Amino acid sequence: MCGIAGYFSIASESTLGRYVLEKMIYPVTHRGPDGLGFYVGDGVGFAHARLSIVDLEGGWQPIHNEDKRLWVVFNGEIFNYIELRRELEELGHRFYTNSDTEVIVHLYEEEKEKCLDKLNGQFAIALYDSHEETLFLARDRMGIRPFFYTIHKGVFYFASEVKSLFASDKAIPREIDSSVLKEIFTFWTPCGSETVFRGIHQLEPGCCANVSCNGGIQIREYWDIPFGAAGSHNERRNANSYAEELRELLVDSVRLRLRADVPVGAYLSGGLDSSAITSLVRHYTDNPLKTFSVTFDDSVYDEQAEQAEMVRYLATDHHVEHCTYEKIGQTFPDVIWHTETPILRTAPTPLYLLSSLVQRKNYKVVLTGEGADEILGGYDIFKEAKIRAFIKRNADSHIRPLLLKRLYPYLALSPTKSAEYARKFFDTDASEDELFYAHLPRWRTTRGTEIFFSDRLKEEGRNLLEKLEEKYAGKLEGLDYFSRAQYLESKLLLGNYLLSSQGDRMAMAHSIEGRFPFLDHRVVEYACTIPPELRMKVLNEKNILKKAMVTLLPPKIVQRKKQPYMAPDILSFFGAKEADYLDFYLASRAVRDAGFFNPKAVGRLVDKCRKKSRQGFRENMAFVGILSTQIIYEKFVRNFQIDFPQRLDNIKIIS
Amino acid sequence: MSDETIRQIRSFIFENFLFDAADEDLKNDDSFLEQGVIDSTGVLELVDWLEESFGISVDDEELMPENLDSVNNLTRFIAKKLMADS
Repeated sequence: MCGIAGYFSIASESTLGRYVLEKMIYPVTHRGPDGLGFYVGDGVGFAHARLSIVDLEGGWQPIHNEDKRLWVVFNGEIFNYIELRRELEELGHRFYTNSDTEVIVHLYEEEKEKCLDKLNGQFAIALYDSHEETLFLARDRMGIRPFFYTIHKGVFYFASEVKSLFASDKAIPREIDSSVLKEIFTFWTPCGSETVFRGIHQLEPGCCANVSCNGGIQIREYWDIPFGAAGSHNERRNANSYAEELRELLVDSVRLRLRADVPVGAYLSGGLDSSAITSLVRHYTDNPLKTFSVTFDDSVYDEQAEQAEMVRYLATDHHVEHCTYEKIGQTFPDVIWHTETPILRTAPTPLYLLSSLVQRKNYKVVLTGEGADEILGGYDIFKEAKIRAFIKRNADSHIRPLLLKRLYPYLALSPTKSAEYARKFFDTDASEDELFYAHLPRWRTTRGTEIFFSDRLKEEGRNLLEKLEEKYAGKLEGLDYFSRAQYLESKLLLGNYLLSSQGDRMAMAHSIEGRFPFLDHRVVEYACTIPPELRMKVLNEKNILKKAMVTLLPPKIVQRKKQPYMAPDILSFFGAKEADYLDFYLASRAVRDAGFFNPKAVGRLVDKCRKKSRQGFRENMAFVGILSTQIIYEKFVRNFQIDFPQRLDNIKIIS
Repeated sequence: MSDETIRQIRSFIFENFLFDAADEDLKNDDSFLEQGVIDSTGVLELVDWLEESFGISVDDEELMPENLDSVNNLTRFIAKKLMADS
């Protein structure tokens, strides 16, 4: 696990060399504090910051094949490298390390880009073929590891984080792309390959690319989440049989993800998913179990009781990070330096604090339960869609809308006290054939934040839903509304937000690698074969997962009502002590200079926050979104600064 | 009384939900829901304010658009509640 960076001249005679690579890799040494490695070739350069996890002695990168024709830098893990290595050795390949990285160059030699079909892992890969003078890039199927790139003056730059791109050359434009900013204020994330920085792209999950002087960049999707068309699932197979096979797959996925030459811990939230993973580790492996949790003061967010139940049940060596409002508020600007994108929730912050705890305990790797809600049907938004469709089937019923009331009981702000309102808020008259049926109510609420936009921003950009439709209509064709909702949630929320802003970035900020057993592609592909009505049986979410785990978890954990992971938003900044930087980012002048929001409206929002009265979804999202945008603008656009040392003295340099 | 109530309601709505909108952006019979003025959680803020500012208590069954979904509806609702209390 690591940070990577590099350049490749596609239409430029300029030779950049080692110094540029040092400037690029230095800002991401939190991703790989154990040492740096470089490769400089003709018109190409790779840099690597290493977090040593597999083959501690020998696994330094960049790594080459036997005749040094192929060079690779790679961030991530290939979990099935032992099996792949055996096959490759039988084919005559000679290895000079024991690392998983080396498998990539030999496998690429054999299979070219088809090698991706064989990789079980989480990865961002850059591979240079010095004979063909081409660059091959790839990103894992679900988007666990990041990969950003840009082209400037004929040079293709890539890196694990955007800050490396900006550090490579001061002349690279640093601008906020207003239309992407608007996407974030509706969908919670950018919805395509664009980032909030104009001209900076991500290689999307499940995609690979070839870059060459003649051909430019050719991007291809090599894998996608295979939700089958409505009616294509095997309806005769019973739930228990589905559950049994799911458990077997998860056991194998967990086993593979414990492969490391350092100890592996686990996050334990107290919910079903992380409890399931932790329990599988306990029951099916002899890995010593260290677990980590966040706790909160406020019972709306806190899950201490459930965590304690699991710790007792599995007898783990447990460690807790207690998140106060103040701590979340104080840490938030640092968090945004790492998310590198505006966000509408503070929820990544506690995970940033948690990875710091893991680091202090000298752990480098943790398993987490991320992904189960998307692929196995856990989210309230799926349940909400089912209830809405159920209400529509009998529109005159006064009882059916009350089901919505049962859906959000954990919220202090129940939106569904009144059946009449419930029907309006949740748009129960809409048809389930609508392409984005499940998501439209949420997007409409989120989009309410645009009342804070400046006039300039309000006028700019194109129709967001049209853009989304262009991108996804083909993918969603033939799918039932439940699978459509799962697909979109996996692409937008999971791929672009949970795995990045809340996942990779928060963990890597403290040199911690997350591993995600639910996101083993075999598990994902299998989950897609389960009929939608079994994924959520009536309103019982993650029905098959619960069945799979029922003998391995305390009944309370299996039966408990789902509590979504959230953190306090506005409250974090206006507690007993107001965060001291608020004025710096939100003062009328700062807001006007940045140009994205209406200073007067923002001022009134801040006044409202100070009153500490009840705040709605819209105000919470707007506040966190505005503040994080202002921080992004300050730290990345107006005043981007990396304190690059004269010499990289304190860092071990391998090559 | 009614003019004063309307002024109070409008001032509350603008301050808390419309922030910097122009006065003509909200007519007294505009639906808060349809105009996107208030979302599901906003209704509860509104109820808090009614209870605090007018000393009336709002029952669950009174939480419906015909009582709360426009400046005019609110004005009527407040008058009715105050009348019933007195």
